[in-house]
Amino acid sequence: MVHSFLIKYGEIGIKGKNRNLFEDALARSVRQTLARVGEGYTVRKERGRIYVSCPEGYDAEAAVDALQHIFGIVGICPVEIRERTDPQQLREDILAYMDAEHPGFSGTFKVHAKRIEKTFPMSSMETDAYLGEAILEHFPEAKVDVHHPELMLDVEIRGEVYIYSKVIPGPGGMPVGTNGKAMLLLSGGIDSPVAGWMIGKRGVVLDAVYFHAPPYTSERAKQKVVDLARIVSRYTGPIWLRVVNFTDIQLYIYDQCPHDELTIIMRRYMMRIAEHFARENEDLGLVTGESIGQVASQTMQSLMATNDVCTLPVYRPLIGFDKNDIIDLSKKIGTFETSILPFEDCCTIFVAKHPVTKPNVGIIRRSEKKLEEKIDALVNEAIETAELIKISAD
Amino acid sequence: MNRIYFDNSATTAVYPEVREIMLRTLTEDYGNPSSMHMAGVEAEQYMKDARRAIAKTLHAKEKEIFFTSGGTESNNWALIGAAMAMKRNGMHIVTSAVEHPSVSETMKYLEEQGFRVTRVGVDWKGTVDPDMLEAALTPDTVLVSVMYVNNEVGSVNDPARIRALINRKCPGAVFHMDAVQAYGKYDIHVGRDGIDLLSASGHKIHGPKGIGFLYKKESVRILPFIHGGGQQDGMRSGTDNVPGIAGIGKAAEIVYAHLAENRKHLYELSAYLRQQLKKTDGVVLHGPEGEAGAPHIVNASFMGVGSEVLLHALEDRGIFVSAGSACSSHKRTKSPTLTAMKCPVSELDSMIRFSFCESNTKEEIDALLDALENLLPMLRKYRAR
Repeated sequence: MVHSFLIKYGEIGIKGKNRNLFEDALARSVRQTLARVGEGYTVRKERGRIYVSCPEGYDAEAAVDALQHIFGIVGICPVEIRERTDPQQLREDILAYMDAEHPGFSGTFKVHAKRIEKTFPMSSMETDAYLGEAILEHFPEAKVDVHHPELMLDVEIRGEVYIYSKVIPGPGGMPVGTNGKAMLLLSGGIDSPVAGWMIGKRGVVLDAVYFHAPPYTSERAKQKVVDLARIVSRYTGPIWLRVVNFTDIQLYIYDQCPHDELTIIMRRYMMRIAEHFARENEDLGLVTGESIGQVASQTMQSLMATNDVCTLPVYRPLIGFDKNDIIDLSKKIGTFETSILPFEDCCTIFVAKHPVTKPNVGIIRRSEKKLEEKIDALVNEAIETAELIKISAD
Repeated sequence: MNRIYFDNSATTAVYPEVREIMLRTLTEDYGNPSSMHMAGVEAEQYMKDARRAIAKTLHAKEKEIFFTSGGTESNNWALIGAAMAMKRNGMHIVTSAVEHPSVSETMKYLEEQGFRVTRVGVDWKGTVDPDMLEAALTPDTVLVSVMYVNNEVGSVNDPARIRALINRKCPGAVFHMDAVQAYGKYDIHVGRDGIDLLSASGHKIHGPKGIGFLYKKESVRILPFIHGGGQQDGMRSGTDNVPGIAGIGKAAEIVYAHLAENRKHLYELSAYLRQQLKKTDGVVLHGPEGEAGAPHIVNASFMGVGSEVLLHALEDRGIFVSAGSACSSHKRTKSPTLTAMKCPVSELDSMIRFSFCESNTKEEIDALLDALENLLPMLRKYRAR
């Protein structure tokens, strides 16, 4: 019976002096996440490894699912722990493990033993050979392949013996909280939750802002965005979401500016407001789901025109992705089903029939001059009346 | 903000008396009617009372009433149960093009099972065309299903007239009516009107959700749909939903005790709203007028304003209406009824349904008209695409 997991992490293993910080952050993430799964999980750091001991009668499926949502984890190995005795007993334990986990095994394998506790009478190499022979004897069809084995059987000899042979993939990346904070512009679409996930994967904590336009967008559209943020927060930890009422700004732009520039000017005001909140929260950048050429407002010229109003860096992790790649990712992280629910979002309701695809920054700035009379007051009001919602996985 | 609820065709609030009796069956008289002891007998009494009350409203026999989980189950059961029982006599079914999805989707299922289904069109008011219906009926027709009141535009199909056509063209056929929007609004006389099967739902008549019934004429044979412990004469198994049954029985009793005055009041409200909307620019009214239509439904297109936008703008002022029927508003499908009525797309995209109950008032309609007067110019100025 497996009652322990070995957590494998990739990049943070090579971070020099910061390594400890990263490992601590990961161990903390694991602890917090498993605390939501149930009581009695213990997490410990040991010689460059993180081990999770599970309580009696734990829910293995839920535990693995939770671990698969933790950035920084590359692999999750279910470990069987046996009391350490003599080589003869170890041999029996290994065969019992193989019978339980890989009954009738007939492929290629390799034993990878590590003697950490030196009081064990065999060296690592000797143990490899000893256990390998035992397996060959027990499973007549099995073959050894030390270069590309189908099954890698890890045996760590410590105070106890740790046996594992399966690696369940984790999401990779860096532990949450090791790389600052950023403000995500979240819509109800497919792209922005994926963009947030990708930046979060680099260890960045996310804040988010959503623009809605009642009555043109519905309460359900807003709920959809909250639901999306909740799915992303399973990976990134709690997200503070600001919901900004954008209707008056939108209508004012519609009144004053050329219709084919509407989307670009709107986007520029969204960026300004997002940046305001980002500065207020000490975020180090903005995150959007833009990808070059996907829609009129995401041509190189349009991106330049939107970027023009920002002083913080704007991170666009999907910039070179095709739509299909983005869809695949959103399915993988679990946001796709929610993203495709049919509710209006405020970027699409006032779109001109033929929006400018190559806006000129100078011309756009001149158009915005027509807004001077009221726009500051409207922006301030939108900022002041924004609703703040804390979103967390449970 | 005071809530003005004009979406009573989606659902209604329960009557206080309904809440009372349900609470009692949930907390005190919570027995299972199938139990042999006293508690079971007590619970059974609630069912008997409900069945008697409902049978009385339809001028039917008590044993002709079967409780179900609602209109959708009643429709599924009636159609599949009758089709399967009748299939040796023929494989042809006739229905209308404007049925509720719980009928139209079941028809698709029956087609997959080998039945032929003819869908009769409607006139520009949404009423099933009797000539087309007559033409569709053949000696091979075993089942005819037509809705009593259309849920979107309130058009009404007269059962007696349809029965006469059936008697002439295919006297052996079973006649089913989806009366979910008609029950509680019309004096339905199943014998006089020649209805064999009739579906109704609790929550449209101030009863609870999750309960409905199927009227089945004693001499008509249909197959059971839900198998199990043999409750309700083996026709509909499953532990009896006593709170729901007591609730729908009470609601039916109350709504039919006030039928005439309710109808009068609802017709007044509808007529008033229609009359005021006629004076408003850019409004197209759908469905029949006056007593030719249902008392509680007014359907109109506000040209140049998207249905959803107007719905949310009214919601912002505490007024709840529907953009189509509640069952389809989550999906981006065009209204099947208005499409069958051959309304242009611009009217489909801007249609709003108002549906009343007896507690709505003329003052509430005035508040609606005020809100519309304020909103429409603004919404038309900023036209969403």
